[in-house]
Amino acid sequence: MIIGLDVGGTHTDVVLIGEEGLMRQAKVPTDPENLFESILSGLESVIRDIDTALVERIVLSTTLTTNAVVTGKLEKVGMVVAGGPGLNPKLFACGEDYHTVAGAVDHRGRVVEGLDRDAVEALADSFLAKGIRTVGVVGKFSTRNPTHEQRMEEILIKKGIEHVFTGHTVSGNLNFPRRIYTTFINASVYAIHRHFYESVRDSLKQQGIDIPIYILKADGGTMEMVTSMAYPGEAVMSGPSASVMGAIPWAPESVDSLVLDVGGTTTDIAVFVKRAPVLEPLGITIGPWQTLIRSLKSSSVGLGGDSLVQVTDGVVVIGPQRLGPAMAFGGSEPTPTDAMVVLDPGERDGDLARAEEGMRRVGDALGLDAREAAQKVMETMCLAILEHARKVVAEINAKPVYTIHEMMDGYRVVPEEILLLGGPANTLAGYLSAYTSQKVRPVPHWGVANAIGAALARTTCEVTLFADTEKGVILIPEENYSKTMDRHYTLADAEKMAKNFLVEKARQAGSRTDNPETEIVESMAFNMVRGFRTTGKNIRVRAQIKPGLIEGYKL
Amino acid sequence: MIKADRKTGLVFFPAFDWAIDPTHPEREERLLYTQDQVFEEGLFDIDGITEFKPDLVTHEDIRRVHFCAPDIESVTTESHLISAGGAVTVAKAVMEGTVEKGFALVRPPGHHAMRVVHGNRGFCNINIEAIMIEYIRAKHGVRRVAVVDTDCHHGDGSQDIFWHDPDTLFISIHQDGRTLYPGTGFIEELGGPNALGTTVNIPLPPLTSDEGYLWIIENVVMPILNDFQPEIIVNSAGQDNHFSDPLTNMNFSAQGYADLTTMLNPDIAVLEGGYSIEGALPYVNTGIILALAGVDYSGIKEPGYDAARIAQPAEVTREVRQVGQAVLSTWREREALQAKLVGGHTSVSRRRNIMYDTDMIYEMQIDEITVCKNCKGALKVDSSSDTGHHLFGVHIPHGVCPSCRAKAEQWFDEAKKGPYTLRTMQDLDRQEFFDE
Repeated sequence: MIIGLDVGGTHTDVVLIGEEGLMRQAKVPTDPENLFESILSGLESVIRDIDTALVERIVLSTTLTTNAVVTGKLEKVGMVVAGGPGLNPKLFACGEDYHTVAGAVDHRGRVVEGLDRDAVEALADSFLAKGIRTVGVVGKFSTRNPTHEQRMEEILIKKGIEHVFTGHTVSGNLNFPRRIYTTFINASVYAIHRHFYESVRDSLKQQGIDIPIYILKADGGTMEMVTSMAYPGEAVMSGPSASVMGAIPWAPESVDSLVLDVGGTTTDIAVFVKRAPVLEPLGITIGPWQTLIRSLKSSSVGLGGDSLVQVTDGVVVIGPQRLGPAMAFGGSEPTPTDAMVVLDPGERDGDLARAEEGMRRVGDALGLDAREAAQKVMETMCLAILEHARKVVAEINAKPVYTIHEMMDGYRVVPEEILLLGGPANTLAGYLSAYTSQKVRPVPHWGVANAIGAALARTTCEVTLFADTEKGVILIPEENYSKTMDRHYTLADAEKMAKNFLVEKARQAGSRTDNPETEIVESMAFNMVRGFRTTGKNIRVRAQIKPGLIEGYKL
Repeated sequence: MIKADRKTGLVFFPAFDWAIDPTHPEREERLLYTQDQVFEEGLFDIDGITEFKPDLVTHEDIRRVHFCAPDIESVTTESHLISAGGAVTVAKAVMEGTVEKGFALVRPPGHHAMRVVHGNRGFCNINIEAIMIEYIRAKHGVRRVAVVDTDCHHGDGSQDIFWHDPDTLFISIHQDGRTLYPGTGFIEELGGPNALGTTVNIPLPPLTSDEGYLWIIENVVMPILNDFQPEIIVNSAGQDNHFSDPLTNMNFSAQGYADLTTMLNPDIAVLEGGYSIEGALPYVNTGIILALAGVDYSGIKEPGYDAARIAQPAEVTREVRQVGQAVLSTWREREALQAKLVGGHTSVSRRRNIMYDTDMIYEMQIDEITVCKNCKGALKVDSSSDTGHHLFGVHIPHGVCPSCRAKAEQWFDEAKKGPYTLRTMQDLDRQEFFDE
């Protein structure tokens, strides 16, 4: 059995899933001031009279770190950044204790300027004097040579800084500003994350519940709690990914599809290529920060069941504002929910007379009766959602590529089905089908799909391998691995090595499967020619375990 | 977050799976380190910088510019269609106002490709800037265009294509042709009889540094641009004037390139040559992108930069200024020169032997243009090469006058009886292109 628990802004959803399917589900209100209690009360509602020794794991998705980042209630941390030539690293200042020091590495990982160790030592003293215990260190091109970051870490630890987060371990991708922001987020949510999840673990233990705890990540994958202490930032924005993962069991296996999560104020759109969710190319943007935190691509449009419906110049306009609940549920302005109540009074709860009043108001401005106005509202809503979805897909297909092969034969996403989640999912599915040739289906158990998604998500991770046979060095920055090699190292060797590291990394992060689905996502080898002679190979390999569901559970 | 002063659109297409041959300078690895630098600096995240996926150019786009023998398929690969397409994509974005500045960071390059194409010369098959310019003329109604070619090699292909076009000011600044491929681009090369003066060549001596180069931009190029008043300025942004370039002998730096870009203020830049792939391109390209977008680039410094080592010798400074003065005085006297050189001729013919160094092809070409006061003149080209192809091409310019059109049609008709393997018509006025 697995427990999935998603703490959302208003509700906490929790499910207990057995090998034969969904066993229990519950929805309890979230107390934003006390997420801890929300988790415990959610858990209690599914584990009563269950032998918890039979529960394999519990997967948590919370808004804890997201809220911390968005509201800026972060721990005070220090940042030390070695940029060197290029854009001024002061431009990427984050937090109140951001400092730049001399030290530079070039694109091939050659040190072009030594690290100013004295400056780092002096900063360590000033951090300690201010009571700063956690520091992030980042160097430009540190994924090509982490020396400067490693020296900074050593100096700071030696001086008495408790936790140092290094830039090269957050991602193998090249992007210095994002590396800075990602390291900053990891460092500044670390204490909050650790305190919270250790409290959850201890509290469960006190109740005699000793189950491995996993945390859901923004990419729709999971990691064990222990691992999450090194990457606490990966848990930001796990909420939208929980819902998307919850739709996977119903996504078609052989064609692409869209997932629309229709809420009160917004509709979130994600895309599946076959059954794999499309990821952001580099990472998530949260608050003002563009990061290297792997995440699902999800696009939000200000259009939901409770969006305000207005008529402007004879045209129905829906959203983006929400002024309260639908009129059918006590609100004062018409909404798409009212339209659905008017059109389907048998299927929907709500006060039909109030809903009709709302639609009459819309109809008066259009010269239509209430029913016709409701139809117009639904038509407008469906067309707007479909148009937004079309743009999301077009944007994915317009992503630049850098080889002729990808340019000519690259994969084009063509969604053939639409999966709907959220309150109006059932009703909306009927209307949407009228405006698209895509097959439209509501997702079963949509009310707790987020908790199901969290429960069944597999452990994901990524490794980046960079080998330069002219320099004779192999680097896997995220794993802090470097090794010398001879000139005979090949792309095939690199792929094999990357996969081995990936499998081990997944195992350490909590993967319990015997055959993790590894995938090589990038594999390139360039002949390095100097003076008309081949002097070496420049090899780049990226391997991942992509988001998906664990085996052994059906729904 | 950094915000660009000017919205800037980029096409980055490094063609990581295409090379002329494995150890050729124009190979897969060429933009690898540029990609690393541009990614690591986070340039595509800057607010106001947008990366576009290139469209491919069509055969019609190519036929606005070239006569290809035996046909377009035989002298191009997909890489060329994408590279030219990248230039067109940024130009479109600029013309439509999506962005203010555009930079096509693409390969393979194009500025050695002439109007007639039998194969590859100087690493180029089709002229990507010319295709871009004729595209925006056909689709966006642009007329007056200036091309400033800052590649270290003379842009002989672009010069050939715009030789007879008084609406295109072509300025090439390059290392003196007596010391570098392709061995042309002397001050005396001024353009055809209807366009005399709108081809401007500025050959600079080896060891010219930032100082000399920027002096030329400020004191020669900018005044000429000012006189010409183009609607659009295109920079053929070759990067081989860099002190670390393996094929040339100049002493330009990444800061120099960025300053040049600021001073020239082009609407569109298109990458041309540049083969110091580790030491120069990553930094020069970063500098050009930041300069176009109006973001502070003063922190860019390439490894090995030593201001003293690349300082310009006094005799080079002297020579640079002499060249600049000569170019300027020719420019100012261009109308008188035109009257004197053209005299009473009704048509002017040239006979040339053209070598394709990359593909080892020899072409023999005879062309003839009508001298005309009312239009740009009709052009015919008779071109044969040791590939066995013999083409006859007729070019009818935008705004052709009735008598030049009649002449062009007569030429095309008469050539039926000629020994040609291909007769091809390039009618820019009607945007009609056909072979017979």
